[in-house]
Formats: sequence, structure tokens, C-alpha cells
Amino acid sequence: MSELTLVEAINDAFHTELARDDSVLVMGEDVGRAGGVFRATAGLRDKFGAERCVDTPLAEAGILGAAVGLCMAGWRPVCEMQYDAFSYPCLDQLITHVGRYRWRTRGAMDFPLVVRMPYGGGVRAPELHDDSPEAYYAHTPGVKVAIPSTPADAKGLLAAAIRDPDPVIVLEPKLHYRTMRGDVPAGEHVVALGRARVARDGDDATIVAYGSMVPVAEAAAELLAEEAAVEVLDIRTLKPLDEEALLESVGKTGRAVIVQEAPRTAGYGAELAAILAEKAMLDLRAPVIRVTGYDVPYPYWQIEDAYMPSVERVVAAVRKTLEF
Amino acid sequence: MAQTLRVPGSHDLRRVIGDGEAIPDGEVEGLEERDLLELYRSMVLLRTYDERSVVFHRQGRIGTYAIFWNHEAMQAGSAYALEREDWIFPSYRESAIGLLRGMPVSTVLSWWRGHPAGWWNPLDYNVASICVPIGTHVPHAAGLAWGKKLRGESSCAVAYFGDGATSEGSFHEGANFAGVMRAPLILFCNNNQWAISTPLSAQTAAETLADKAVGYGIPGVRVDGCDVLAVFEATRDAVARARAGEGPTFIEAVSYRTAPHATADDPRAYIDLERVEEEKRRECLGRYEAYLRRAGVLSDELAESTRAEAAEALRSGIAAAEEEPPADVGLVFEHAYAAPPASFAAELAELRELLGE
Ligand SMILES: Cc1ncc(C[n+]2csc(CCOP(=O)(O)OP(=O)(O)O)c2C)c(N)n1
Ligand SMILES: [Mg+2]
Repeated sequence: MSELTLVEAINDAFHTELARDDSVLVMGEDVGRAGGVFRATAGLRDKFGAERCVDTPLAEAGILGAAVGLCMAGWRPVCEMQYDAFSYPCLDQLITHVGRYRWRTRGAMDFPLVVRMPYGGGVRAPELHDDSPEAYYAHTPGVKVAIPSTPADAKGLLAAAIRDPDPVIVLEPKLHYRTMRGDVPAGEHVVALGRARVARDGDDATIVAYGSMVPVAEAAAELLAEEAAVEVLDIRTLKPLDEEALLESVGKTGRAVIVQEAPRTAGYGAELAAILAEKAMLDLRAPVIRVTGYDVPYPYWQIEDAYMPSVERVVAAVRKTLEF
Repeated sequence: MAQTLRVPGSHDLRRVIGDGEAIPDGEVEGLEERDLLELYRSMVLLRTYDERSVVFHRQGRIGTYAIFWNHEAMQAGSAYALEREDWIFPSYRESAIGLLRGMPVSTVLSWWRGHPAGWWNPLDYNVASICVPIGTHVPHAAGLAWGKKLRGESSCAVAYFGDGATSEGSFHEGANFAGVMRAPLILFCNNNQWAISTPLSAQTAAETLADKAVGYGIPGVRVDGCDVLAVFEATRDAVARARAGEGPTFIEAVSYRTAPHATADDPRAYIDLERVEEEKRRECLGRYEAYLRRAGVLSDELAESTRAEAAEALRSGIAAAEEEPPADVGLVFEHAYAAPPASFAAELAELRELLGE
């Protein structure tokens, strides 16, 4: 166990997984010589060679498309998209091929590739360095989606993604890359995909969150501690979703507030709310409330805080369900 | 100058400015003293903008900033070959190119300050919004140029992008589109030989980027990107072709990125520092200044007053940017739609209440 930042934990996962399996290969823009613009892949090129940590041309569709071919040649490519919004050129490959190729081969071929990227706002950056694109990914059949919120999970979920036979998209909360520290198990550490985590126990209401919104949910629960015992459920894997954990928590508390940083309409929170409507109707003691970003392009950074689901907005939503 | 399809593999760079020794100075036909000095003023303004911005960033007065030191000749030289009606499609590297069209310094600084005052109306300057996702504006420029042609207008467009951008699908699709439509477009590639930490050799197996033009059936020319006069001349030729209905031209302007990619980047991990020092010695503004002095066009006093003027523009520019009132949170909900959805009003009201406004 050692205390690492979130991005150091990702780097640790890489060193462990590349040493463990020599078919794992890292590729992306600036991942080699520079070790990644956030240094997630630091040291890999020196340790494992330029052929297992590859600086690619600046071409996201090319990166993901080539990764499909690399899978066919027996590799397990882990692709970095430099930022959330710069992954968009790869969506064509993702939707038309990555999510369909196994199906197209009637299950004969595996596509064990990973796409990971920093996501989310709050970092005072120029346009298009702040997006939360998880819904585009989660909406695509044939791919899995994981979003860690702690250093230990960042390591464990990436390891699980690398070992998984299916394509996995991992979104990493860049706001916490360097500011969040936590204990991380040394050596091999795998957090199974499809398992949620109770980040805080409580009986009165559940805040469901993932990634960068988990600390916001925890802060809201802490603020409410004198009024109510609020549970925080970190769902960790958006697809496959740990429905059991979701239904268990809300079954216990009867109240759910769902927090997502992404724009509201057709966001992942809508999926969570729909599942609760379908399967937890009789447990609910108040309407499910979503606290989300707004249906607008992510704003100029001087007013980005107004866009972000804040602790205050989450607290207000929880109170509303408590007072219903 | 006659344009021909380039022969792949030839490496000659068009050059006008000599070195004061073995290589003689040339001249660009039609450029008068007043033009030469206007180009100089543009370069000094851009240089001053850039150097001050790095300082403003350190002082916390602007955010992350993409440095364009040693790119001034490419921007000033090409922009000077255009008419006001022609359109400019900048990437983040050309963030300040609007200054050459009369855009206030405070506007560009506001962009880097993350303040809405930095989001200009493109129609005011015929300068499109700064494009952050690499190469994705190339098809826009192709479409604008094509659209102007369809309307029977004589204006053309320039799209600026880097060497790395030539690897993107959007670049390829836009260039091909422009070729097929014979759109009056100049594809201006700032080949500073780096895409963040990725050297040109890891970006392409082509001998030159200009070679790519062959595949689009359009001329590709190479110029010394640190030679403002060569850049001007090549762009003027391309503009003439565009206006004559001969379609797009690809210009590869070769320079070198001597500064970090942006203020957040530390190039010491990947760059050859000796090469950087060498390139700094042949940086574009110093070379042009020496040329003008050899030609007897630039005096110490004029150089001094030009620099002072630019410094003053930056002083008043940052002051004006900092005097902008804080942006109202209501702006979060504005401008995404012509007619905003009804839900926005309620969301804004709730937000204002929580913020205690
Ligand atoms: C589609 C996309 N992918 C990745 C990035 C991240 N990124 C920003 S600048 C850059 C390098 C660009 O290099 P080049 O095209 O040579 O232009 P330069 O910065 O050298 O002017 C990268 C990869 C981006 N902005 N957009
Ligand atoms: Mg470049």
C-alpha cells in the first residue's frame, strides 16, 4: 500500500499490467517521449520500449481504428485520448466497429482494447478541455464504461479494463488527477467491472454519483449529517451497471438524488432514474431528482463554477427529497 | 511566379531574406517601403502580444496560453496578402491574428482569460472563432470558400493549422473537398516540426508536408516560415490563383517551435535544447529587422517607436481586459439556441437563488 495521486495510481496500473502481460501495448498522442500530457504513461517508453508505448500520429480515428486491427493481430492496445472532447473524432470507429466487431464475427474474435481519457471540468482551461462525454460511450452497444473516483479505483478499474475481453472506455476525473491522494494497493490490483461502491453509509437518502461528482456528493452528505444520514453510492462502472447495489441502496433509503456533471438531457443520470422508476417504484418515498450540468456547451471558464453541480445544489436536492 | 505541381521529394524552401553574408537578400515585386514597414509593425505587435502574454500567465492574469513565438512571420506575412473581405480560420496558435484586422488586444486576452468578452463576432473581422480541436476547422474553411464561389463573390479563405493537423481525418477531408470544389482556399500549414512532444518524423512518412497536396490535385509549395517576405509572396500567389478560379493551394511554411507548446508544457523532457538555441538565433523577427536595416528602411528610432507602440497596446489591452465586469452567470444559458428551451429560465432562477443573487 502506498499513498498516490490519482494519476500516479494510473501510472502504477500501467507499469504493473505491462509487466504482467507482454501483449499489452499503450498508444496515443504524446504518451511516449513526454509520458502523456498528464504524465499517466510516464516511464513506460523507457521501461518497455518505444514499441509498447507508442507516440502515434495526431489522429484519434486512426488510433482507435488501428487498435481494432492490433486486436486482430493479438495485441491488447490501451489507447489514450488526450482530452475528453478530443476523443470525438474516434466516435465513428467506436460506434461502427469497436462496439460491433465481436458481434460481426459471431463471437469468434475478442477485441480487448481500452480507451482511456481525462474528462470533466473545473480546471480553468480553454474550450473543449472540459467535457463529460460518458453518455455517448455508454449508449454504444458492445462497449463497457468505467469511471473511477479514487486513486485505488483508478488503478483497479484500469487493470480490470486491460484484462477484460471486451472494449472498455475509462474516463478519468482530471480535476483530481494531482489533487486527490489515497492509499493504493501495491502490485496487482483489480477492481471488478460492474461493481458499485458504497462511499458513505446512510439510511435516509441516497446520492448516486460517479467520477468527479463523488467528492461533491460526499461533501453534500457531510453537510447534511446533522439532518439526515445520507448514503453515497459510487457506481464506478456505468456499463455494466451494478443494478443490485443501486436497488439495494435506494430500497433502504427510499430517496435518490442522482448527480452528473454532463449536460442533462439523455445523460447517464436519466438511465439511473429510469431503472429506479422501473424497479424501485414501491420503495420510493419521494421523486428521484437529478442534479446535472445544463443543456449548454460547457461555458467560458470564468463562469464554469455556475455550470458545475455544486455541493449547494446537491444539498438542496437532497433536502427536497427529504421534505417531500 | 508560375505554379506547378510539386515533384515529391524536392526540398527547396522559397526564401527572400538573405543572411547578410553568403545568401543575398531578394525582393518581392510590388512591395513598397510602406508595405515593408506595415509587415514589420504587424510582427512587432504579435511578438509583443506573445511575450507579454507569457508574463501575464505567470502573473495569473490569463489562463493557459499557447505561445506563438517565432510564428509571427507566418501569421503576419500570410495575413498581409489578404483583402479584408477574405476569411481567416485560425487555430489556437493564431489566437491573436485578429489583431491584424483591428481586433482589440483586450478581446484576445479575454479569450485566454476565459471571459466571454473574448468570444468575438466573426462577421466583425472575417475571422472565424479560434479552433481548438485539431484540424476540424479545415472543412469549415473549405465550405466558406466554396460558398463564396457559389455566390459569385471573389473572396477567399485561409485555414491555419499545424504539422500535426495534417494527420487528422478532418484535414484530409477538408483539403480534398476544396480540391474537388475548386474552392478558393489557402491551406496554410505552420510546420513548426512539433505537435506537443511528437516530432514531425513520428507524424508522417512523407518527405515533405507539401507533398500531400499532390494527392488532392492541388499545388503544394514550401516556404521558409521564418521569412516573412517569402511567406507573403507565396500567399499572394495562392490568393491570385484562388481569385482566378484555379482552386486551393497548400502552403507548407517551415519554422521551428522554440517555445513550449503552451504555458502548461515542459519541453525539456523531449526537445533538443541545442537545436532550440540554434533556431532562436534565426528567429523570424530578428531576421526581418536585419533585412530592413540592410535595406536602409528601418532606423533605430523607428524600431524603438514601433516597439513602444506595441508595448502600449498591450498595457492598455490588459487593463481593458481586466476592467471587463465579471461575467453574469446568466450567460451560461445564453446563445446555445436562438430560442432557448423553456426549462432554462427555471434553471437559471434556481441557480441565482442558490448563489444568493
Ligand atoms: C482533435 C484533437 N486532438 C488532440 C488535441 C490536443 N492537442 C492540442 S495541440 C496538439 C498538437 C498540435 O500540433 P500541430 O498540429 O503541429 O500544431 P502546433 O500546436 O504545433 O501549432 C494536440 C495533440 C486537440 N486539440 N485536438
Ligand atoms: Mg506543430
